[in-house]
Amino acid sequence: MSVPERPDAILLLSDGTVFEGKSIGKIGTTTGELAFNTGMTGYQEVFTDPSYFGQILIATHTHIGNYGTIKSENESQGAKIAGLVVKNFAWNPSRYNADNSLQGFLEESGIVGISNIDTRQLVRHIRTKGAMNAIISSEYFSPDELESRLAACPPMDGLELASRVSCTTPYFAGDPGADFKVAALDIGIKNSILRCLVDRGCYVKVFPAKTPFEEMAAFAPDGYFLSNGPGDPAAMDYAVETCEKILAADKPLFGICLGHQILARASGLPTYKMKFGHRGINHPVKNLESGRSEMTSQNHGFAVSLGAALNADDVDVTHTNLNDDTLEGIRVRGKKAFSVQYHPEASPGPHDSRYLFDQFIEMMQAERELVKA
Amino acid sequence: MPLDTSIKSVLIIGSGPIIIGQACEFDYSGSQAARSLREEGIEVSLINSNPATIMTDPVTADHVYLLPLTRKSIIQILEERKIDAVLPTMGGQTALNLAMECEQAGIWQKYGVRTIGVDFAGIDMAEDREKFRLLMEREGIPVPRARTAASFLEGKEIAQEIGFPLVLRPSYTMGGTGGGFVKDPADFDKALTRALHMSPVHQVLIEESIFGWKEYELEVLRDHAGNHIVICSIENLDPMGIHTGDSVTVAPAMTLSDPHMQRMRNMAFQVMDAIGEFSGGCNVQFSIDPNSERMIVIEINPRVSRSSALASKATGYPIARVSAKLAVGYRLDELPNQITQTTSAFFEPSLDYVIVKIPRWNFAKFRGADESLGLQMKSVGESMGIGRSFNEALQKAIQSLELKRNGMGADGKELTNLEQLMYSLEHPSWDRLWHVKDAMLMGVPLKSIQKVTKIDRWFLEEIYKLVKLEKQISAHTIADLPRDLLLEAKQNGFADRQVAHMLQCWESEVYALREKLGIQRVYKLVDTCAAEFEAVTPYYYSTFEDENESVVSDKKKVVIFGSGPNRIGQGIEFDYCCVHGVLAAKEEGFETIMINCNPETVSTDFNVSDKLYFEPVFWEHIYDIIRHEKPEGVIVQLGGQTALKLAEKLDRYNIPIIGTPYDALDMAEDRGRFSELLKELGIPYPQFGVAENANDALDVIQDVGYPALVRPSYVLGGQSMRIVINDEELEEHVVNVLKEIPGNRVLIDHFLDGAIEAECDAICDGEDVIIIGMMEHIEPAGIHSGDSSAVLPPFSLGDLHKMKMDEYTRKIAVALGVKGLINIQFAIHRDEVYVIEANPRASRTVPFIAKAYGVPYVNMATKVMLGTHKVKDFDPKPMLKGYAIKEPIFSFDKFPNVNKELGPEMKSTGERIYFIEDLNDEYFLKLYRERNLYLSR
Repeated sequence: MSVPERPDAILLLSDGTVFEGKSIGKIGTTTGELAFNTGMTGYQEVFTDPSYFGQILIATHTHIGNYGTIKSENESQGAKIAGLVVKNFAWNPSRYNADNSLQGFLEESGIVGISNIDTRQLVRHIRTKGAMNAIISSEYFSPDELESRLAACPPMDGLELASRVSCTTPYFAGDPGADFKVAALDIGIKNSILRCLVDRGCYVKVFPAKTPFEEMAAFAPDGYFLSNGPGDPAAMDYAVETCEKILAADKPLFGICLGHQILARASGLPTYKMKFGHRGINHPVKNLESGRSEMTSQNHGFAVSLGAALNADDVDVTHTNLNDDTLEGIRVRGKKAFSVQYHPEASPGPHDSRYLFDQFIEMMQAERELVKA
Repeated sequence: MPLDTSIKSVLIIGSGPIIIGQACEFDYSGSQAARSLREEGIEVSLINSNPATIMTDPVTADHVYLLPLTRKSIIQILEERKIDAVLPTMGGQTALNLAMECEQAGIWQKYGVRTIGVDFAGIDMAEDREKFRLLMEREGIPVPRARTAASFLEGKEIAQEIGFPLVLRPSYTMGGTGGGFVKDPADFDKALTRALHMSPVHQVLIEESIFGWKEYELEVLRDHAGNHIVICSIENLDPMGIHTGDSVTVAPAMTLSDPHMQRMRNMAFQVMDAIGEFSGGCNVQFSIDPNSERMIVIEINPRVSRSSALASKATGYPIARVSAKLAVGYRLDELPNQITQTTSAFFEPSLDYVIVKIPRWNFAKFRGADESLGLQMKSVGESMGIGRSFNEALQKAIQSLELKRNGMGADGKELTNLEQLMYSLEHPSWDRLWHVKDAMLMGVPLKSIQKVTKIDRWFLEEIYKLVKLEKQISAHTIADLPRDLLLEAKQNGFADRQVAHMLQCWESEVYALREKLGIQRVYKLVDTCAAEFEAVTPYYYSTFEDENESVVSDKKKVVIFGSGPNRIGQGIEFDYCCVHGVLAAKEEGFETIMINCNPETVSTDFNVSDKLYFEPVFWEHIYDIIRHEKPEGVIVQLGGQTALKLAEKLDRYNIPIIGTPYDALDMAEDRGRFSELLKELGIPYPQFGVAENANDALDVIQDVGYPALVRPSYVLGGQSMRIVINDEELEEHVVNVLKEIPGNRVLIDHFLDGAIEAECDAICDGEDVIIIGMMEHIEPAGIHSGDSSAVLPPFSLGDLHKMKMDEYTRKIAVALGVKGLINIQFAIHRDEVYVIEANPRASRTVPFIAKAYGVPYVNMATKVMLGTHKVKDFDPKPMLKGYAIKEPIFSFDKFPNVNKELGPEMKSTGERIYFIEDLNDEYFLKLYRERNLYLSR
C-alpha cells in the first residue's frame, strides 16, 4: 500500500498560534477544546470514549494508527473526539485481525484531523498557557474564515455535553438472570464499564442522562452507577439532583470520572476547571485506605476541590494523585456511595484499579444481606 | 516503609571484565546504585575486577575492592569490613552467580550479611527452564506448549499433538547438546532418536517452536509492598529466533494494541509475584503469534539487565538508581521522579519519541566465526538513536554505529545481487537490516520480505517510506529539490551525506541548502512524561521540527565527544575517561556538554554532565550541536579513536580543539611525519615504508626487510594487521587489505621478532611531562597491546631501558606539543629501545594505571588540556605495593569455530586487574609460562 497524497491542513489556536500540517481523516473543518493524551497504546479506545466529546485530541505518541482498528474495541459507537492532531499517521495498519485502518475508521466517523505537527511543542504550549479552543481545517485557510468559525466554538467552562452523548432510550447489558441489578446513568458511558459490571454478575439497565431518579428506581436496582462523560459538571444540575435522590434512598452508588464529580457536587463539594487536565494511562494514584499505589487511566479536565473534600464533614478522601496531590476518590460517610476521578475500567490503560468494581459488588452484596437480615 | 535504617553499609558486586553478553551496562547500573545508596548516607563498598569502570572509582564508592570475583575475595572483604547487606542485582549474571555461591556456602549468614533486592529461590526458579515452565502452568500463564517424551512413540504422539515446527530439548545435557529445531516432519524421526540417545535419562522435551513470532520485553519495577510499574515496553524488530541482544529493538512497542499491552503488563506482574519476593528491576520477555495473537511468556530476569540500561536511557527513568532505593526499604510512592523532581517515582514513563537500538558486531575480528544470528548473542556493543519517528531513530542509530554507513543505504554500498539478498533475508547476519531496504529498492514486494524475515509489516512499511523518498529525491538535483521533500528526508533521519549521494552533489551543498531553506535541527527533551510536566534534567536529542527546547546558557562551555558503541579495541575504558573529563571540567567551572550514543554507558547518564546530547558521534550531528552551543572548544582525546578522528574536520571548520592541537594529532598519526620527528629527535624506530599497491609493497620490503608487519593506515585495534615473512604472503595480504578497504594505504614495518613490548602513558602541558605509568607486556611483540598482559611497573626491563623509555616519552610529548594525554608503545630488541607508535590521546591503559596507583590521572589531564593547570601543579603520589597486571579477557567461547590465536589484531573484549606482591606469584608465573602459547600471525 502506499501513502496517499494528502491535502494541506491548518490548526489555529484561539490565542492565534498557527500550525501547518497534512490532512488526515475526513477532509473538512472542526472545532473544539484542545486536550492531549499521553498514552502510548489505546488510541481507538480513546477516540471512542464519549468523555472526549467536544475535544480536539493531541496524541503525544509519535506514531498513531499502527495497528488499525477493530470494532469490538470501540468504547462507544464510533469516534467521539471533535478532531485529531498527530505527529506521524500510520496509513497502513499491521494487525492480522484489524477490520479497518485508522484512516478508514476516522472517515467513517467523520473525524477531521491533522498530521505532521510538532505535537510536543503544542503540548508544551497548552501546559504553559492552559487548555484552549482550536480549529482544524483542510478546507479553509483564510485567517478570517478560520477565526470566525473558531469564535463560534463555545468555551468548555460551563458547557453541558453529557446529554449529547447519552443514549436516548434505555437499554440493557448482561444477563437478566444475573446476581445484581444495576441502574446506570449514562452521561457518556464507556462500553468497558458495562463489561466490567456484567463480568462481575450485573444486569445493567442504562438510562439516558436526564432520566429522573424515580424512573431509575422503578428498575428496582441493587445499586446505582454514575458514568464518566464530557463537559462541565457544574452545568449538570439535573444529574446532581438525581444523585442527591440516590443518596437519600441510601442505595449502593459508584461513580466514575464525571460521575465522581456529580457525586461530589451532590455532597456539597465544588468542582473546578483544571489548567490542562489529566489524560493518559500513567497517572499514579495512592489508595489512602490500603496504602497501595495504582497506575490509573485518566481523562478529565475538571476536578473536585481536594481542600473542600478534606474539610467536609460527610466525605472521606480515599485516593489522591501522587503527581499533583489532586483528589482522586471519595467515600460519602454514612452512605454506601463512593467514586473515583480516574477510570478503573481502564481501556485503555492499566487494570490496577478494577478492584473498585469488586468493591461495588461487595457493597451490593452486603446491602442485600442486610435487607435479608 | 521508608529507608531501612539498620542498613548502614552495603556491598555492591560488579560484573567483572566485559564479555559478549555482559558489557558496560553494568558499570552504569552499579555506579547509579552506588550513588543512590550514598545519597542515603549508606557506606558503599564495591567489588569488581574490571579497572576500566567508573563504579570502581573513589568518585562512586567509599571502598573499592579491585579483586577477582570469587568467594575468597568476598570473605576477604567481609573479614575487613562490617557489611550489613549485599546488593547482587546490579552486576549481571556474574554478580548473581557469585552471590548465590556465597549463599550456598553460608558466607552471608556467617558474617551476618543480609541479601537485598534479590530472592535466591526466585532466581533458581527463573533459570531452571523446566521449573519455570511448571510454575507458569500452575499460575495459568501461557508458555510454549511442550511435553516430555520418554520414548520414541510418545515423542511421535506429542509431535502430532503440537504440530511442526518443533524444538527438541534433551533433558540434562550441557548447553542444549543434541537439541535443535525441526521444521520438516521428515527430519523428525532421526532428530528424536538422536535427542533421546543424547539425554542421559533418555527424555526429551518437545516444545512448540515460536521462531518468527513477535518478541517483546517489559522493564518492570516492584517494591516490597507489591507496587509494580512498567518502565518501558520494548519491541524487537527481529522476531523470535534472534537473541534480543542481537536484535534491533524499538521502544515504545510500536505494534501493540492496548488490550495486548495490558495483558502483557498483568502477566509480567503475575510472573514476578509468582517467582518470589524481591524488590527492584526485572525484565520479562514475551512472544505473540502474529496470526492468532496468542501471547506467551518466554523468560524473566529478576535483576537489572542490559535492557534495563536501554530502558533507562530510552525513557529517562533511572531504573538502577531507583532499584537500589527499593532494595534498602523505600516504596515507589515515597520516591520522587528524578527527571521532573515534582512528580512521583511511582509513574510509568510516556515517550513522545521513538528509540531504536542496533547491536554492533565485530565478526571481522573472529575469522572463521559463524556470522549468522541466532539464539546466542554475538554482538559486542550497541548504539541507540532517538527521533520523533521510527525512521529518524533508526537512521540515527545507524549513523552512531561507525560502520561507514551513513544510514539506511543511499551511500553506494547497496547489495544488488537478488540471490544474495534473499539469502541474507532468510539467514540473518549483522547486515540484514540494510538488505531489507536493498531488497525493496530492487522491487521485492514487502509481502515476500515479510514472509522470509517475519519482520512486522509496520516496520517494513516505515522502511519502505525511505525507499520511496530516496527515489523521489534522486529524481531531483540540488538546484531543484523542493523544501518539503528535503524536510521529509531529514525528518526520516537521512543524513546530508545520503541526500548528497541521491542528488549527486556535496554534503556541504546539502547543508547550505538546508540553511537557506531554514531546515534546521532543533533539540527536544527526554522528560519521562511526554511534556506533561516541566522537567529539570537536561537530556536532549535532535529532530527536525519547529520548537527548540535546548536553551544555551552564557557560561563558558566545553563539549566532550564520547566513544560511541563498544567494540573490540574501543570499550568501556574510554567511557571512564569521558566521565572523568566531564567531572574535571565541571570542577574548573565549565558547563560540560556530553555527546554520545551508547546507551550502556555512564557518560550518557543524565546527571553526569551539565547537558547531555544523546546523539550520534557523527559529523553532521556534532557540528549542529557545536553551532548551537558555541563552546570554548571540544575535548577529543578522551573518547578513543571515534572522537580523535573527528579532530581533522573540527580543525578544518575552525572549531577549537581543547588540548593537543590537530597538527600534533596528525603528526603522531601520519607515519611519515612521525618518523621524521623521531629521526630529528634521534629516537630509533623500526624501518618502515608505505605502499599504495602490492607492487609498491614489494619495493618497500627491500628496505624494510622480513619479517614485516603489514596493516592499513587509520584503523582501530590493529584491524587487518598481519606479520608476513616472504613475498608471497606480503603480496597476498596487501591485495586483501586493499580489497577490504579500497583507497587505503598500507603500512609496512619491520617486525622486531622476539622483542619485548612496553608502553608509557604520560601527561604533558606542552613544556613539562609527567609519566603516569610504564608497563611491560608479558607476551612478546607481535601480540596486540590490547591482547597482552601488561605489568605495571615493568618487571624485567633494565634501568637503562626504562630511562630511555622515560626520556623518549618526554621528548616526543614535548616535540609534538601535546597538551593532555599521550601513550607511546615501545619494542625492546637486542638492547635497543624502539618507538613503535604514539597515540596522543587517553589510551586503554589510563584507567588501569589510575586504579592501580590510586591517582585521578584523567582529572589532571583534563585540567591540563583546559589550560587551568600545569603539570607542575600536580604532585601525584602513586600507591602500589608490588605490581598490577592488566589481563585481557576474551569471548572466544561465543565462537566455537574460532581458535584462540593472538596476533597483531586485537580480539579481547575486556580486561581485569590483578595485583601481585612479587614475581613469585603463581598467577603471574602461569601467565609468564604461557606467554607464547597463543602467538600466531
